[in-house]
Amino acid sequence: MGMKQSLHKLKLKYEGTKMAPAFNAIHTFLYLPNETTHSGGHVRAADDLKRTMNMVILSLVPCLLFGIFNAGYQYNLQTGDVTKALSFFSLEFWNMANFSVGAWKVLPLVIVSYGVGLAVEFIFAVIKGHEVEEGYLVTGMLVPLIVPIDIPLWMLTVAVIFGVVIGKEVFGGTGMNILNPALTIRAFLFFAYPTWMSGDKVWVTGAVDTVGQPDAITGETILGSLAQNNGFMDLSTMDQFLGFIPGSVGETSKLLIIVGALILILSKIGSWRIIFSTLVGALTMGLIFNGVVSAGWIDESSKFFGLMDVVFWQHLFIGSILFGAVFMATDPVTASQTNKGKWIYGFLIGFISIMIRVFNPAYPEGVFLAILLMNVFAPTIDHYVLEGNIKRRAKRLKVKTV
Amino acid sequence: MSKDIKIKKGLTIRLKGEADKTLSNAPRSRTFAIIPKDLHLITPKMVVKEGAKIQAGDTIFYSKDNEDIKFSSPVSGTLTQIERGAKRVITKILIEADQQDAFRDFGIKNPDSMTADAIKNHLLVSGCWAFIKQRPYDVIANPEVMPKAIFISGIDTAPLATDLDFALSGKETALQAALSALAKLTEGTVHVTLSNNGNSPLANLNDVVYHKTNNLHPAGNVGTQINKINPVNKGETVWTVAAQDLVIIGELFLTGKYNTERVVTLAGSSVKNPKYYKTRLGSEVATAVYDSGLNEENVRIISGNVLTGKAISPKQHLGFYHNAITVIPEGDDYEFFGWNKPVFDKISTSRALTFSWLFPKKKFDLNTNTNGEHRAFVLTGNYEEVFPLDIYPMQIMKACMVQDLDAMEALGMYEVAPEDFALTEFVCVSKQPHQEIIRNGLDLMYKEIG
Repeated sequence: MGMKQSLHKLKLKYEGTKMAPAFNAIHTFLYLPNETTHSGGHVRAADDLKRTMNMVILSLVPCLLFGIFNAGYQYNLQTGDVTKALSFFSLEFWNMANFSVGAWKVLPLVIVSYGVGLAVEFIFAVIKGHEVEEGYLVTGMLVPLIVPIDIPLWMLTVAVIFGVVIGKEVFGGTGMNILNPALTIRAFLFFAYPTWMSGDKVWVTGAVDTVGQPDAITGETILGSLAQNNGFMDLSTMDQFLGFIPGSVGETSKLLIIVGALILILSKIGSWRIIFSTLVGALTMGLIFNGVVSAGWIDESSKFFGLMDVVFWQHLFIGSILFGAVFMATDPVTASQTNKGKWIYGFLIGFISIMIRVFNPAYPEGVFLAILLMNVFAPTIDHYVLEGNIKRRAKRLKVKTV
Repeated sequence: MSKDIKIKKGLTIRLKGEADKTLSNAPRSRTFAIIPKDLHLITPKMVVKEGAKIQAGDTIFYSKDNEDIKFSSPVSGTLTQIERGAKRVITKILIEADQQDAFRDFGIKNPDSMTADAIKNHLLVSGCWAFIKQRPYDVIANPEVMPKAIFISGIDTAPLATDLDFALSGKETALQAALSALAKLTEGTVHVTLSNNGNSPLANLNDVVYHKTNNLHPAGNVGTQINKINPVNKGETVWTVAAQDLVIIGELFLTGKYNTERVVTLAGSSVKNPKYYKTRLGSEVATAVYDSGLNEENVRIISGNVLTGKAISPKQHLGFYHNAITVIPEGDDYEFFGWNKPVFDKISTSRALTFSWLFPKKKFDLNTNTNGEHRAFVLTGNYEEVFPLDIYPMQIMKACMVQDLDAMEALGMYEVAPEDFALTEFVCVSKQPHQEIIRNGLDLMYKEIG
């Protein structure tokens, strides 16, 4: 008897019991279910939510792999074990030394994120008697990519439980949440452990442990440096584009984020409208600040000068604005749900991101706050877009009656 | 006056097993049935008892809500059984047919010389009223309400659909009689929409306004045409009649008979010889299905097309409004890692390792598997790609699900029918039952607002 038949028998056995959702989650992971259409149309397109989420995960894999190597590279670079990588395929970057240091740090993050998050999902599915939804497959992948490399695992555990329960399950699970769960987790970390998350020591592994020692590792990012008017830390634009810079685990390589964006857009999973308009919004705000600087309204003594003076397009290369635009803002549940609304939603995310980045030097990464803020306002934007449609319909009637 | 339609949003689903353009007579069915469920929201009041002898055209029941709306027997024979379900609701009226049809004579009439009331009365008495449906609510038209327009779709763009140019050929006089009659029943015009590259028998008739459309599904849905030509506003009513049913109405005027003969497509990848059959409303589908033969055992027989039809067994009967029988394989099997491996043999509008976009002309052999489990609404923007109406599909469905009547009304519920949501249902990643959601929403509105 093959696995297919045995699993089918088990499924019938579990049917209607409390544990059915947990079993089905594993069963449907192995096999596309034998469910047939019962209402409405008799045929269905090939895509289901698992396939969709799978595409998002695939688009994140390059960032994760790069993140693993980069974590090791940043450490080894400071300890002097490797020299500066000069091209994308440099062996100074893609080597076992970097990988082993990075994997040792990053894989536990991935395992904790998935393990804890999925456990919470399974528990809620069993309690509420609904199927285990796929939303967390993506969230669980995003979380390790947006946290600092040296975050303690207990902190991540607490944050993941908080994010999944408060960010998603209390609203009714995947599809019902208002805030992006991955960003809720990030925000929780930021506000619960601010000294950790906003410090300049957590972005390169080992930096915390070596504080004060003569060979101390600096764990600062470009953004932090710019916020203190200290310039680009001698990292070239090309380094920023390729991703050989300190930062959150998976957010550094702009090149691979663009690869991910292309996968999402070409597979029609991610909304190109949101990605495009977010970038436009960010560039607009960047241009405005450039204008402020060139108009001479502020000078180098201003604490905002460092970030305001960044050439507008370079804002896209520092921090996680690009990652946020591609993988976070496009979350369909929490974004605007109308096509027109998506333009407004994206633009405002970009616009506000750069604004927060410049005006909040204590913690210059504004993208996640901007996205959370717009998550809250997305239903309002949709409301007005719908209102336009409703008004058009009402007007049609009025023209008729006159 | 004439306004042409060109829709860009939609999806033409190409399936294997398209019917050959040859017309055969289906073997005469032994039994005929009328399923009251096909006549949405009609509660039948029987006028003949079990065992009664009836002629084709004899009234067998009328609507409990409106005695004027009568329903006639499609054949002559003996009413053998009135099947009842829970709460004694009539679920099926079974007629054992005679060898030869005897028709009740309604008299030959010329619609041009009749008044609107006389035409209306004629249609009601003969049972032909059942073919006139109305929007809002997608139910049989209320004879007391004057429609602002009547819409006829002369093109069927649904998967494996009947080629109406073929099915209607030679019926010009009947079509003209029906259209002339209908034109008197509306204060507005009768709109007929035709394909921009067809050769329709409907093309050169009087008393109508013509529109041309491209052939992207759902351009052939009358709902799309209404929305593009003259959308339904609150308080307005439009009527729709299927093109093949026009022939039945026309024959009534020309011959005085209630002759429900129609051309039915037998199609689908499980059918051995897909082709056209001449049969009659309510006949057993087995007559056509077994005449043509099937390729496999485990099949689903659908009265209607794959998007809007209903599943039946071969012993059951052709639906009241259906002019297609589609047979496709059942998909009640598991597929190993079916959710993440690349897919070449199924249709998809995304490109998430699904490659149907590479082969726009390819014909697919789809089965009834849902290709995934039911989920909450997650993705956005994908419905809009296949939904040409100026309506927000997901938002209106959510309004239906939470039974928010104000929102439903404001978002355009008066304009839609379940079939308009067949494509969004097809592409739905969350496998939500869109047509059921809309049907329940419409029924709720009908009950609450009326």
